[in-house]
Amino acid sequence: MKSSPPHKIQETLADPKLQRAIYSATGRLAENRRKTVLPEVLPDFQDLREHAHNIKKHTLDHLDVYVDEFERNVLARGGIVIWANTAAEACAFIGNLCRERGVKLVVKSKSMTSEEIHLNKYLEKDGIEAVETDLGEYIIQLTGETPYHIVAPALHKTLEQVADVLHAPPGATAESLTAMARATLREKFLAAGVGITGANFLVADSGAVVLVENEGNARLSSSAPRIHIALAGIEKLIPRAQDLAVFLKLLGRSGTGQPLTVYTSYLAGTRKPGEPDGPDEFYVVLLDNGRTKILADAKKRQSLFCIRCGACLNHCPVYRKIGGYSYPWVYSGPIGKILTPQFMGREHDPWLPFASSLCGACGEVCPVKIEIPKILLELRQEIAEKEGDRAEHLAFRMFSWVMRHPHVYEQFRWVRKMGKMPAAGPLKAWLSQRDLPNLPQKSFRELWRERGRS
Amino acid sequence: MPRVSLFVTCVVDQVFPRVGMAMAEVLERAGCEVEFRDEQTCCGQPAFNSGYRGEARDVARHFLKVFEGAEYIVVPSGSCTSMIDHHYADLFEGHQETRVWEFSRFLVDVLKVEDVGAKLDVLATYHDSCHALRELKIKDAPRRLLRNVRGLRLAEMDAAEECCGFGGTFSVKFADVSGAMARTKIDSILRTGADTVVSIDSSCLMQLQGVLSRAGSNIRTMHLAEVLASR
Amino acid sequence: MFSSIRQALGRSAAAPAPNPPAARLINTFSGDPVAKFSEAFTALNGKLVLAADPAEARSKLETMLAGKRVVASRAPILGGLGEEYSREACAAADIGLTSADFALADTGTLVFLSESKESRLISLLPPCHIAVIQRQRILTGLDELLSRIPNPSVQSSAMVLVTGPSRTADIEMRLVRGVHGPGEIVVMVVGM
Repeated sequence: MKSSPPHKIQETLADPKLQRAIYSATGRLAENRRKTVLPEVLPDFQDLREHAHNIKKHTLDHLDVYVDEFERNVLARGGIVIWANTAAEACAFIGNLCRERGVKLVVKSKSMTSEEIHLNKYLEKDGIEAVETDLGEYIIQLTGETPYHIVAPALHKTLEQVADVLHAPPGATAESLTAMARATLREKFLAAGVGITGANFLVADSGAVVLVENEGNARLSSSAPRIHIALAGIEKLIPRAQDLAVFLKLLGRSGTGQPLTVYTSYLAGTRKPGEPDGPDEFYVVLLDNGRTKILADAKKRQSLFCIRCGACLNHCPVYRKIGGYSYPWVYSGPIGKILTPQFMGREHDPWLPFASSLCGACGEVCPVKIEIPKILLELRQEIAEKEGDRAEHLAFRMFSWVMRHPHVYEQFRWVRKMGKMPAAGPLKAWLSQRDLPNLPQKSFRELWRERGRS
Repeated sequence: MPRVSLFVTCVVDQVFPRVGMAMAEVLERAGCEVEFRDEQTCCGQPAFNSGYRGEARDVARHFLKVFEGAEYIVVPSGSCTSMIDHHYADLFEGHQETRVWEFSRFLVDVLKVEDVGAKLDVLATYHDSCHALRELKIKDAPRRLLRNVRGLRLAEMDAAEECCGFGGTFSVKFADVSGAMARTKIDSILRTGADTVVSIDSSCLMQLQGVLSRAGSNIRTMHLAEVLASR
Repeated sequence: MFSSIRQALGRSAAAPAPNPPAARLINTFSGDPVAKFSEAFTALNGKLVLAADPAEARSKLETMLAGKRVVASRAPILGGLGEEYSREACAAADIGLTSADFALADTGTLVFLSESKESRLISLLPPCHIAVIQRQRILTGLDELLSRIPNPSVQSSAMVLVTGPSRTADIEMRLVRGVHGPGEIVVMVVGM
């Protein structure tokens, strides 16, 4: 088990500006969320969470039926479904399509799934320019970084850093920088041959993809170019359009504290005859990339319920200290802690599920009620049993033995009599941050006995 | 007269015995007959949280053997209570535990007592320990009890519900993160102007006190039981 | 992949169509939808204009559009008020003028269904969007909308819910309006 966490953690902890940025940004998102789910504002919030959980559970328990229905409906509306087992297959399809259509410029709206499959890098190698159009994603594309947070990709960047990477004149404001980006990206939207989006939801009875955003870049990416490709994990399915009444009430509030985000697009198929605009070609790339493996695990299947709102990140006291780059994969925060071992394999970062105090704040705010702490405990058990640290296991075997033999356990009084504990191993770690308590001369049971009780 | 069996927890037994004595005192004053079964040791949580369920199960079996026949088991810790209450079901298929009570909840919900006649002149702030808050849904009971302590003023900190950073072995395996979390908590405490931090979990208090001492602060930490035993 | 999914779920053959949990459409709003819509919409920085009838609507619109380059959809009420749809017109116009199919009172949302008389880009490219809606089309909320239109894909390739002007907080969490979509949004309610 002993593989050390990345040095990024120490780096992030040691950077006071970054600490302030992470803490205040997540704090603000959390506070905005809180205001929109107060009992007097949304009295049926808990009921909605329960429903959302049950709809997701039902959908995934019958995913075979729903992907089938989804595909039929996409086809009926002029679209095509591509089944991508792996990241490579998804990238290859998209790359080939662009090549066949002679497309050299692609616009992309925010998609964590596309980060997962490293799509941009693949397209670049093929000589295709893939431009990120979400402002935060655009910024980090220019700096060559990856998203810092599921919902706020450039959370760690200061205004000065953004002005720098946009080569802005001095005296730049958030407004002027945004205007610069808007102008540049506007050209790209109108010139691109293909628009690639993710999908927040895939609606089985409609063959539709649902995109939730605030800027308008997902709308533009899906409506301006002739070809629209929606890339989504198979777990994004929901049975009916009517189920959006449950999910849309939860997503905006949980993620950013908005009852609804500015734009919610429900897109089904190619443009219908008579419609003045819309894509001539519509593809949905359904991605597995390890999701069926998680699906097969009944205990941890709920990891796939995630609607990528980011609430767990905003409430996680660990994320709020170590930030998005301390996590080994594209998904950070509590959801990242449970997805990474299941996608990449436990042995990839065996320390990850232990980097939690199990405070439970994540599970408390998850709109689809994923029991994140419970899954962390499951993963810890698997790691301890399979990738276990022999020395640690021995220590806990001793612990168990001592705790079953009260007379042995009571011998701890010899340590107490020394007055101080030797500063070795874990105690050194403790002392690096805080003082140890003074050990009492007598234990509770000794005091109890003295007072003549039984 | 309700007969209460104390489960003081290994931390209280070995490191904070006065918390256990205070709890016993308060319960007796409230009209309980109190016993202490001295074969008791630990609930098994450290092993469980580290993934060693076999070892946790063995320790849990010892706990269940020791407390066979007890009617009310009262515990001065939210995390140990929730280990037994919620997680023994993960260790033993179909197990249901209904006898274990966290101390403040026992007073308020079972004994129906909110005023134990305590007196303590302090400006206190209350830290909501995570397992108590989120697994046991304990938020109100400790505050009600504190508000009835004569001379005690209660000032809520803005980060009351944030984790102190203890998390068992997390505190040493990820010591620097744990320390950073505690320091954020301390900042929040300082903003209240309180001279005393109260909680129902000794491990949280150990964490917070450790950081306070290291910072040279005079703020002290007290377990709810110690506050309620003050006269 | 289909077989991987089946395998993961432990199924060997086609399963009978399952019954999903009943659709949850509960209207919790009680009160005047128009008043609520006004409140919610203006709270988002939207501008609300009222008109008693189509004639008044047109005359008010003419005033608002004076001196501006306007691209208008083919909604009958908007006849002659702007240029016809084209990508170039949308990209160059100051104002995009459309009708709205519905509005949702509780969130101040406008609902657009793309179809022959409406387009996707008119309400998206110009920096200002004006939408004209009939008063009776203001619904209580999402639940009522989805009760009325259980499957929007049947009639349209795109249904868009617009809740306020385009915005972002990606730079140091500072709120900026008008990122890619319109920064200014005006609704004219007809029949007041």
